Parts: sequence; C-alpha cells; structure tokens
Amino acid sequence: MTTATAPVGASKKGALRRSGDWARRAPLLPALILTLLVTQLPFVVTLVTSFMNWNAYYPDERGFAGLDNFKTVLSDPDARKAIIMTVVLTLSVVLIALVLGLLIALLLDRKFLGQGIVRTMMITPFLIVPVAAALLWKHALYNPEYGLFNGMLKLVFGEHAPQVDWIGQYPVLAVIFAIVWQWTPFMMLIILAGLQSRPMDVVEAARIDGASAWQIFVHMTLPHLRQYIELAALLGTIYVIQNFDHVFTITSGGLGTANLPYYIYQTFYTAHDYGLASAAGVVVVIGTQIAAMLALRTVFSIFKEQGR
Amino acid sequence: MSAATTADTAGSKTQAIRHRKPSNAGRLLGVLAWAVGLMFVSPVLWMILTSLHKESDAATNPPSFFAQLSGEGYQAFFDSGPMPSLINSAMASITSTILVILLAFPAAYALSIRPVKRWTDVLFFFLSTKFLPVVAGLLPIYLFAEHFNLLDNINLLTLFYTVMNLPIAIWMLRSFLSEVPVEMLEAAQIDGAGLLRTLREVVAPVVMPGIASAALICFIFSWNELLFARVLTGTVAQTAPVFLTGFVTSQGLFLAKVCAASLIVSLPVLIAGFAAQDKLVQGLSMGAVR
Repeated sequence: MTTATAPVGASKKGALRRSGDWARRAPLLPALILTLLVTQLPFVVTLVTSFMNWNAYYPDERGFAGLDNFKTVLSDPDARKAIIMTVVLTLSVVLIALVLGLLIALLLDRKFLGQGIVRTMMITPFLIVPVAAALLWKHALYNPEYGLFNGMLKLVFGEHAPQVDWIGQYPVLAVIFAIVWQWTPFMMLIILAGLQSRPMDVVEAARIDGASAWQIFVHMTLPHLRQYIELAALLGTIYVIQNFDHVFTITSGGLGTANLPYYIYQTFYTAHDYGLASAAGVVVVIGTQIAAMLALRTVFSIFKEQGR
Repeated sequence: MSAATTADTAGSKTQAIRHRKPSNAGRLLGVLAWAVGLMFVSPVLWMILTSLHKESDAATNPPSFFAQLSGEGYQAFFDSGPMPSLINSAMASITSTILVILLAFPAAYALSIRPVKRWTDVLFFFLSTKFLPVVAGLLPIYLFAEHFNLLDNINLLTLFYTVMNLPIAIWMLRSFLSEVPVEMLEAAQIDGAGLLRTLREVVAPVVMPGIASAALICFIFSWNELLFARVLTGTVAQTAPVFLTGFVTSQGLFLAKVCAASLIVSLPVLIAGFAAQDKLVQGLSMGAVR
C-alpha cells in the first residue's frame, strides 16, 4: 500500500514544496518561540540558580556555591525522603492505576446492560478537580470521626466497630489511594480506546480456529494494547511525578508524605532557599527524563514509522 | 423453505459467534462491571449527598443517609464570595485554551501537512518540554513575575497555562491533521487559495473533532491547576482551586459546605467532560495509533 501511493505522494510534496521555505515554517514559529521563552529559558535560570548560594532572607550572601546545593539535596534527610516518596508515589500509583484500568477496560469492553452508564460512572473521578477530590477524600472519607469509611465500619459492624485514623496511621497509602481513584479512569479510557480499535475479524478467526479466550488475550489483545498501555503509563508518570495537589491538601507534606514537588514548593515558598529549591528542581527534571526516556522512545518510534 | 431455514441457521450461527449468548459467567461479569463502576462513583455520590445535608447531619457517625435535604452548604459557599475566583478561573482557562488552539493548530499543520525539514526534531522538542516538570520552572517564573510586577496578575497565569498545554495540543492536533486528504490541499492551492484560506476552508472542517478534543483537555488541565496559581496569584487573581484550599476552616462544622464548594468548582469540568465523552476518549488516545 505504501509503495503504491509513494510516487503520487512525492509529486504532491514537490508541488507543495514550491511555496517558499519561510511560508512553510512560519506557522510553526509562534508556538516554537513562545515555548522556548517560557519553558526553556526558566529552566536555564533554574540550572544556573542551582549552583548558587541564594536565600531571599540573606541577600548579602548571594554567590557561587558549586555543587553544595546538590550535595544538600542528596544528603539532607528531608530531601532524600522526598526523592524516595516521589519514586514510591509515582511507581505505585501508575502501576495500580494501570492494572486496575486494564481490568476495568476489559470488563467494559464486553456488551452488557447499561454499558454506557457504567462507563460514565467510571469517568467521573477523572472529572473532579484534583484539589476538590483531595478535600473530599480527606474530610468526607478518611476523617476518623465522621468520614464515610469509619461510618460504614460502624454501620456494618455495629457500635463497637474498629475506628481507623486512616491518614494518621497510613499517610502514604491514604495519598496513594486518593490519586489512584483519579487516575484509574484515565488509564481505563486510553486502554478502552485501544481495545475498541482491535481488528475484530482476526479475533473472530482465531476464536473459530479454537483459540481459548486466554490465548486470544495473551497473544493478540495484549500485543495490540502495548502501545496504548505505554502511552497511558507515560502520561500517567509525567503527571503523577509532579503531583502537588493531593500531598498539599491531604497531609500538607507531613507524616513523611512530602514528595519532590512539595519539597520544592516548601524550600522556595516558605524557606526562600532559591539555590536549594533549584537544585531539587534539576533533580526532578533528571528523574523525569530518565523515567520518560524509554517510554518516549517507544512512543516516538511510532511517529517515525509512519513518517509522513 | 429448507434453503431459507439453512440460511437462517447459518445466520444465527454467525450471530451466536459475534455476540455469544449471555452465559452465567457473562452475566456475572456484567454485574461485576456495575459493582466496580458504582464503587468508583460512590465518593462523588457521597459528596453530592453530603453537600445537600445540614452541617449537623453531614458530620455524623454512622452516616445519616436519609437526613433532611438542605441548601445550607451551598448558601454558605456562595456567601463566602467565591465568584471572583470562579471568574478568574474561567478567564484563565478559556483564554489560554483559545490561545493554545490558535498557536498549536498552525504548528501542527506545519509539522504534518507541509513538513518542515527535520520536523521530527521539532516535534521531539515540543514533546520533550512536556517532560520538563513545570515545577522546575516555578522559581524563575516567580522571580520574573516579581521583578516585572506581574504577581497576582491573571494574564501571566493565562500565558503560563497556554505554554503548559501547547505541547500536548500540538501532539494531539498533529495526529488528527495527518488524516487530512492531500488532494484537497492540492485543489485549494491550484485555486490560488492562500495559507490562511487553506487552513480555514480545507483543513479546519476535517480536523474540527481534533480541535474539540484538544480544547477540552487543555481546558480541564488549566482549570485544575493549583501549584502555579497558588504561587503566582494572591487576593486579586486567585483561581477557584486556590480558593478551595483556603476554604476549610478549623472552626465549627464545614463538611457540607466543603462538599458543595468542591462540587461547584468541579462542575464546569464535569459538564464539559460528560458532554464530550467521546472527544475525551479520542483526545486521550491521541497519536497512540497514528
């Protein structure tokens, strides 16, 4: 198919190319320049600041600090905890949400009564503003005195039911589950789109040839879903790694739940240590790049393959 | 007659293969799907119910599901003066979404229909900015705003949201644009249509669904944003999420009004998302296939 259309496409491209180079580049420029100015320039400033001793409370001591800030980020217990928390939070949320999202997508891909209604119900958590969702979990669900979780325990097990201080006892899990609730629908939507784009005739043929449901799933559905799962994991990672809303709202970074974005916010906004906050920012960038590198390469190979 | 019966049997057989009869296991999975769906939506249902209760009925243990309904929570929310922040949020989200589409559309066009040399590098650059955590730019942007007296200014936030959403919009629009038939562009060029006319009359209609998807997702992301809004705005330009964070007081009961507030702040996203469910799915699965 590609060979058949290639010559035609080439001549058309030739015709289009006749218009000036600048005419073709011009539409790209506004977006490109703005992105350069607002994303790349600040990052350069962050990079420079990360090598500086710069605290807004002590303006006189401003100067070059070498690698001191990075040493602090990697040795300071709080910073190290923030790094670990970021990794734990991102990995667990993305993995749990991905597995749940896959299972639920498989459930919703089958025909059943009220399929559309269930899909709408599943999407709802993703459409709640994150701060609002975090407030809801913190006060209406987790609250030890009148939250719904303890309320249900009492309703089911009677007056002497165990009452749990969910956030106090399990702060990290409390944050993780609140985020998983919001991101599972996201993962589910992407994977469901993948499931529904499966070539059904091939699946039917396999079924007629006697392939079991499990064989079809492992050998046909999963390979087809691979790029969708990767895309979901990639986008999920980018957003969860930067999560601020839930940590800020549910625990205010206390009880060992401060992740790097919260640590940066606190270092810069409360402690006014610009140098240290910048170094932490650089660490987040490097971490994100590493996390996204492999996934990005796979996603990007798709563009190159179809290379128009 | 017999021929008709055979054909009929054959027909019902393919029918049976396509939609296998609902077996017991199948019915069970349907029930399971309903159970999971209800489980995921139940916190929202609880939020709606609580928002309609009186404060004293909202904070009981065990929960009072059937308490008398009341508009107390909503009254308290609207009395606390949320309108400026809601208007700020609407301004920032809608303006930035329009700007994103105006900037992303021509860029995606240049990247897919009239490819610039080394366009993959440019696309890679746009994508890579998405991997630059915005939090790393927090300090410089704050310092810039402070220096130029732009703190607490909704326009700076709007500009920031525009750039924050540009990469994802370009990525999405590009995948939609790659479906525009080149023949139509050729024809437009032969007719002597300029770039703007080609964009408006040939390309735009074909990719309208893509624009809707991208706009919806950009709107949701900028409406939801908290960290930058919190750092860059104060009393004048604060957005709805920032207003929400300051809404919980330690005095007295507040559950009903927090639920009412959370629901109202989420309402624009809920309405947009429900109204355009298929667009949401299309947008999110962007580029995964194409």
